[in-house]
Amino acid sequence: MNRPWLLWIPLAVVAFIGGLAIYGLAVPKDEQVHSAMIGQKLPAFSLPAATAGVEGLASADMVDGKPRLLNIFASWCIPCKAEAPYLEALKKAGIEIDAIAIRDRPEDVAAFLSEFGNPFRRIGSDSEMAVQLKLGSSGVPETYVIGGDGTILYQHIGDIRAEHVPMLIEKVNAAK
Amino acid sequence: MRMLALICLMLATPMFAQGSGPTPAFANRQLPDPAQEAEATKLMHSLRCIQCQGQSIADSDAHMAGTMRAEVRQQIAAGQKPEAIRGWMIARYGEWVSFEPDMKGAGLLLWLTPLLVLIAGIWLARGLFRRGA
Repeated sequence: MNRPWLLWIPLAVVAFIGGLAIYGLAVPKDEQVHSAMIGQKLPAFSLPAATAGVEGLASADMVDGKPRLLNIFASWCIPCKAEAPYLEALKKAGIEIDAIAIRDRPEDVAAFLSEFGNPFRRIGSDSEMAVQLKLGSSGVPETYVIGGDGTILYQHIGDIRAEHVPMLIEKVNAAK
Repeated sequence: MRMLALICLMLATPMFAQGSGPTPAFANRQLPDPAQEAEATKLMHSLRCIQCQGQSIADSDAHMAGTMRAEVRQQIAAGQKPEAIRGWMIARYGEWVSFEPDMKGAGLLLWLTPLLVLIAGIWLARGLFRRGA
């Protein structure tokens, strides 16, 4: 063979594929589906009240010049119960929180609020998940930072834990 | 005690309970126009379910998939083109939601790799055949 270097090509290809496999195993995979709506305006929606005594939520309610959090939750969602104290802490820090309840019943939302407290200003009921789809949200719980002009600034996927509270406060304050 | 635990287990609500909201009308009902339904079904087979990730929304029983099917059918019924609806989904969930990657960026590599491998194979084989002849 007059071109001995050709023999190395199959080895190089196999080494490359093997390298990819090792990379795939070594690097933890991000299985979350992030919303592609970050940086865009909230989609227009108007949701009825999720339970008696707390007003419903329309996109226009979040365009008043004041940044806030939008929490996507459900009374049937276990991590939503876990994050309740941290939402309360965010409220105590002076942050306004609106919410959307996904596939929920008024009596279940009422029971959830009476057990875990109500940190929310308004709660809209998205019983068919249509608004969740418009937001590019992939599950419960999720928390969005919404700018005072109704721009979606940040999406936190999963429950809020103690370590996320200062970060969220900072993001809301940075939007002021 | 063991009996009690067993009964408790049987009564436990599944942890991944999906709530109690209604299912959107068009999640599981076909469009009246068969041509439109065919168009919608074809698109639904190429959109990925957000909740169960590996399945298309046509195959998935997840509530999110139902909501996505309803959205597809409603937009098709309103005269929207399938590729525009795919674009609508991508605008919300990114390229990830489509089972048919776009021919650009990493997607382009995905489409071209088999072709490149084939060309490389032919090139490698060529030398061998020539020597054999």
